[in-house]
Amino acid sequence: MLRWLTLFALLSTPARADVAEAVQDYILPAYASFADATALLDQTAQADCAAEALKPAYQAAFDAWMAVSFLRLGPSELDGRALAIQFWPDPKSLGEKAQAAMMRAKDPVVADPAAFAEVSVAARGLMALERLLYPAEPAADTTYNCALTRATTADLARLAALINADWQSDFGPALLSAGASGNTAFQTLAEARQELYTALLAGFEFLEGERIGRPLGTFDKPRPERAEARASGRSLRNIVLSMTALQNLAHALAPDTPATDAAFARSFDVAANLKDPALADLGDPQAWLKAQILEQAVLITRDAVIDELGVALNVSVGFNAADGD
Amino acid sequence: MTTRRSFLASLLAATTLPSLSWADAGNPAFLAAAKLADGSFALFGLMQDGQPAFSIPLPARGHAATAHPKRPEAVAFARRPGSYAIILNCAGGEVIARLAPPDGSMFNGHGCFSQDGRQLYTSEVIATTSEGRVGVWDASDGYRRVTSWPSGGIGPHDIKRLPGSDILVIANGGIQTDPTDRTKLNIDSMRPNLTYLDSAGQCLEQVELAPEYRQNSIRHLAIAADGTVAFALQWEGDLAEPVPLLGLHSQGGPARLCDVPEPEMFTMQGYAGSIAFSPAARQVAITSAHGGAVQVYDRDGGFSAGFRQPDASGIAATEDGFLLTDGFGAISKIANGTLLPLSQSPALWDNHLIAIA
Repeated sequence: MLRWLTLFALLSTPARADVAEAVQDYILPAYASFADATALLDQTAQADCAAEALKPAYQAAFDAWMAVSFLRLGPSELDGRALAIQFWPDPKSLGEKAQAAMMRAKDPVVADPAAFAEVSVAARGLMALERLLYPAEPAADTTYNCALTRATTADLARLAALINADWQSDFGPALLSAGASGNTAFQTLAEARQELYTALLAGFEFLEGERIGRPLGTFDKPRPERAEARASGRSLRNIVLSMTALQNLAHALAPDTPATDAAFARSFDVAANLKDPALADLGDPQAWLKAQILEQAVLITRDAVIDELGVALNVSVGFNAADGD
Repeated sequence: MTTRRSFLASLLAATTLPSLSWADAGNPAFLAAAKLADGSFALFGLMQDGQPAFSIPLPARGHAATAHPKRPEAVAFARRPGSYAIILNCAGGEVIARLAPPDGSMFNGHGCFSQDGRQLYTSEVIATTSEGRVGVWDASDGYRRVTSWPSGGIGPHDIKRLPGSDILVIANGGIQTDPTDRTKLNIDSMRPNLTYLDSAGQCLEQVELAPEYRQNSIRHLAIAADGTVAFALQWEGDLAEPVPLLGLHSQGGPARLCDVPEPEMFTMQGYAGSIAFSPAARQVAITSAHGGAVQVYDRDGGFSAGFRQPDASGIAATEDGFLLTDGFGAISKIANGTLLPLSQSPALWDNHLIAIA
């Protein structure tokens, strides 16, 4: 009996435990949480659209998004869903302009969820809600803004539910059965590993290049006004939650990576030295240097991931993507 | 007296025997450079369905290649800035000639033949300034260097010939690079253009993009049978700004940039690598290794479909659509609105898949 159990245990611990753990232990629960958090945000908004009532649920939904935002593959890439959930960075203020036009015209699209789903991705999602809940100036027409807030939370919850459903019923199972006959999405386990590894490295690139690098600018010209979600005071929190999300996926893919663990630990220590939640103090040379040290720590962490996790999974970045022409 | 037999013999001697044709190289439809599992590099001939026809070792990583219109000869170019191009006999596998750019110049990755196959044209830069040149070589005389012409801009990359003529089209990418490490030196002031040269190297026409797209580098070209030039762009500005990555131009008209629907506006990550026209599908496609994506447009520039394929790179027209190669070794076909994997090879395909005319 014991021997059979042992044999069964061996058979049920296939080589794809890495992808399986990432999907089952991290990605699927994280998307379920995001769907729950946005559903709660929407329920709250439909009951009371006042900004103060909504802020806690908004912050919780944004937290939940940070756990999955870097998973730019499969269901989040259908129909521009991830863009519609968070349109950032937006250097041309496309979202603000589109939203202001809707407000000026009192666009009746807010009364029709199907029509609202066709509104520009720049004018929807978490950043659109931030402009409504944390406005630079008090709103002129609270009645229309209330309807716009409710339409935006409903759309956000709809998108989160769609992505979650697709992951649970379709894309997650496809990753889990990579290499099985009939699986056209992932013909080999290597393809599934490659997909998650690519998303992980792209997550590092976005964290370093956009969340940190964009407001950092240069020493002579820091750009704190470019920080992500500064109106809601989330810039630093998003950086830390991004690192947490990347660490969780890396760990699920390959648990035995000591250099990666150490590099992540140092990145969290360095991030703890930053004080301003909105990174508004980057004009101060001391604060700027601390943020730059964080950027370096993130790059070192990424390199550790490439060295350890890339080797453990036997994957690499694309031959051509790694390089221009 | 000439017997029927001796007449045939002399005919054979005069025509068939001295010169080889692409049939002697297995009738490949495409050329592609690749990195092999052992770390070495090679140039492959591929059939319509992506199966290999031949492979010939290369001394280093290749970039693009170009095929002689008649003889089974391929020119394999080094990656830019390149110090060599190799002329290969694809029927026998041996090196016919090694080309080196003149002192102070560098190859820039692409080249093409004249209509009759007697001249080879290569895109080159003056190393210190990135000023563009077109190198002219005599392919009927051992690939002897003949002369060079101004390319009409900075940093030329792709060079193609209009069908049925000897008019050359050059993608002057506009980017000045450091000759040693490819660092980009003039992003704030770059001005890419499309330049048409006649068979004597005289400039016939030059086209620039609107001022807001001056940081959109014109790098790769595909030419339709009617002479329409499609160009693939690489955005050097803020990647958070959505910009078109495909342009169309016909001689005498303005350049037209092609929009994409919102969900597709960032999938290419500001980068279009390879480009191809498919006469059969009446479509044009661009690839992005960075975005792991392919975008297909109608012949007139309207958006048709987007596909995801990791490290999507080389693309060329087939009898019913496109053949796609990628840096993970897969060969896929795109036809009738779907992307279908055809084969998985141990060769990691490089940037381009070149159709043999």
